[in-house]
Amino acid sequence: MNMANNLDRKEQVVLSVEHVKKKIGRKWIIEDVTFDVREGEIFGFLGPNGAGKTTTIRMLVDLIKPSSGMIQVCGFDVNRQQEQALRYVGSIVENPEVYSYLTGWENLEHFARMQPGIDKRRIQEVVDIVRLDQRIHDKVRTYSLGMRQRLGIAQALLGRPKLLILDEPTNGLDPKGIKELRQFIRELADGGLAVFVSSHLLSEIQLLCDRVAIISRGRVLAVGQVEELVAANAKYVIWELEPAETGRRLLAGQGIDVIEQADAILDDAIIAGMGPDAIVTRMEEEDISAAVKHLVASGVAVQGVHQINPTLEQLFLKMTEGESID
Amino acid sequence: MINLLPLIKNETIKIIKKKRFYVILLILLVLVPIFTYAQMRSAERTREKFHGDWRLEVQQQITDNENSLGSDRVPDEWKKYRKIFVQQLQYYLDHDVNPNEPNGVTFTREFMANSITLFIPLLIMAIASDIVSGERTSGTIKMLLTRPVKRWKVLLSKLVTLFMFSSLIVVSAFIITYVVSGAVFGYKGFDMPVFTGFQITGSDVDLSAVHAVPQWKYLLMQGGLIWFVSLTIASLAFMVSVLVRSTAASIVVMMAALIAGTILTNMASAWSSAKYLFMVNLELTDYLSGTPAPIEGMNLSFSLAVLSVWAVAALIISFLVFTKRDILN
Repeated sequence: MNMANNLDRKEQVVLSVEHVKKKIGRKWIIEDVTFDVREGEIFGFLGPNGAGKTTTIRMLVDLIKPSSGMIQVCGFDVNRQQEQALRYVGSIVENPEVYSYLTGWENLEHFARMQPGIDKRRIQEVVDIVRLDQRIHDKVRTYSLGMRQRLGIAQALLGRPKLLILDEPTNGLDPKGIKELRQFIRELADGGLAVFVSSHLLSEIQLLCDRVAIISRGRVLAVGQVEELVAANAKYVIWELEPAETGRRLLAGQGIDVIEQADAILDDAIIAGMGPDAIVTRMEEEDISAAVKHLVASGVAVQGVHQINPTLEQLFLKMTEGESID
Repeated sequence: MINLLPLIKNETIKIIKKKRFYVILLILLVLVPIFTYAQMRSAERTREKFHGDWRLEVQQQITDNENSLGSDRVPDEWKKYRKIFVQQLQYYLDHDVNPNEPNGVTFTREFMANSITLFIPLLIMAIASDIVSGERTSGTIKMLLTRPVKRWKVLLSKLVTLFMFSSLIVVSAFIITYVVSGAVFGYKGFDMPVFTGFQITGSDVDLSAVHAVPQWKYLLMQGGLIWFVSLTIASLAFMVSVLVRSTAASIVVMMAALIAGTILTNMASAWSSAKYLFMVNLELTDYLSGTPAPIEGMNLSFSLAVLSVWAVAALIISFLVFTKRDILN
């Protein structure tokens, strides 16, 4: 097997997932998932709880076998050539579970023995990277959650992976820890590592990721760059009109899309700042001034026109049609 | 890609760091002195009763057993056992050998023969029940299986480590028993003759094949059989540990099977197909000492075959399940 050739052919695609399906019992948990992750990018995997995120991640690291479809890492089939494929993968699936009766160092030695070519120097290197050298010789049961998280990442980095898979990495971290982790992940990606991050926190993904896949009910709804996805989404405009009813009728009469159930598609922060009579519309920016003129000419007072910058959360809410994302 | 040695090293470190093996040694170091003390008291009592003459003691045993044969209250099963026992005692008496000579080696032999059905298996289960299910309970199985090592290699390294520790447990049990009991009864007795080769047909004992072996040789043969039973128990507990997610459940399943075995051994002679169950075949050392088997038609090679089939089946199931199964949590 020549890895270099495989890489050339795949044009730096580190992880490729093609039409993966998974049936557990009689239920199709994953109906059709396809995406690629490339070298040096941070790829966000976004979906509500129960959408199939964890099942997909478990398939990426051969904990679960897909019912059909193919998953390749650096050109190797994860489910058929585990030993070749998983050599390029470092992962934390759900919580960073390590042996609590061993010290941090002993844990790293344990996982280092499962892969050729990792010596003491490499272990010391990853310990330094995650800044755990003060407590590395203490038993893991005395570690805080943040320290376990860092030990988990150290473990994932041991084998000099090309793909790092982190499942909900910010769970249980405080705001400072989250910020540090974000910066840390960015540094790793700048070093050429492909990072796959799953999360249900949309703002987190928007801040962190270059590209995202949105998954719901076992299907990938969209894959693309964060800005593109967000920009392609129609913009919302909030109107404060007096009298409100007449204004609503006039706007609708102009052929403008007036949204009745605004709380299903807007961020909570925006809804909280809206007046009780606010009217939410979906329209293009250039149509706003015409609409204002028409309203004023018809005797409706325009007290406020507010354009909302699109966020991933709105896109997500629209795509999953208000499905719960707690 | 990666060979097994580093994986076996990992498993060994985990078992030692979990302090399971120390607990087992500790149990032996606490229990063996207790049994030794009990044996010492009973030896003192018989010595007082028979003024140190073992021939009187054996003769008394024979008389007691023969008397009970006439009683209606004794079940037929027991009568059969006692008849055989009497014939064996008579053989020892005729050849002027004391079957109960108190010394460290004899105590070790007796103690190990009695430990084979429950005590040794229990110690082995302390390690075996946890070896796979423990990784699932703690979630570390996910770390273990996402490394670039094939699943069968991970499982094989665990099995090899388990077999190593099972062997170590048997050896430690022998050594600790000998050292502790020797301190009380003396360390002599390796050359003492022990009779083996009693052929039992119905309630008669065929003495034509009986021969004396020095006790050290008998201990070696016994040790081999106990070791074989231990590996069988280890394989079965290993399978349960693969199939069941919780360590507690896996210990309960194995204990239930073993206890069912001791109960069946006492009452199953009428149900002859019970002889294919592994639990009633564990007392391999009885074939050496000439104690009749619980069910008609059982002999040493039959029991070895039954245990082998169970062990191999358990290992096949373990590997099939472990390599195929989805790790969902």
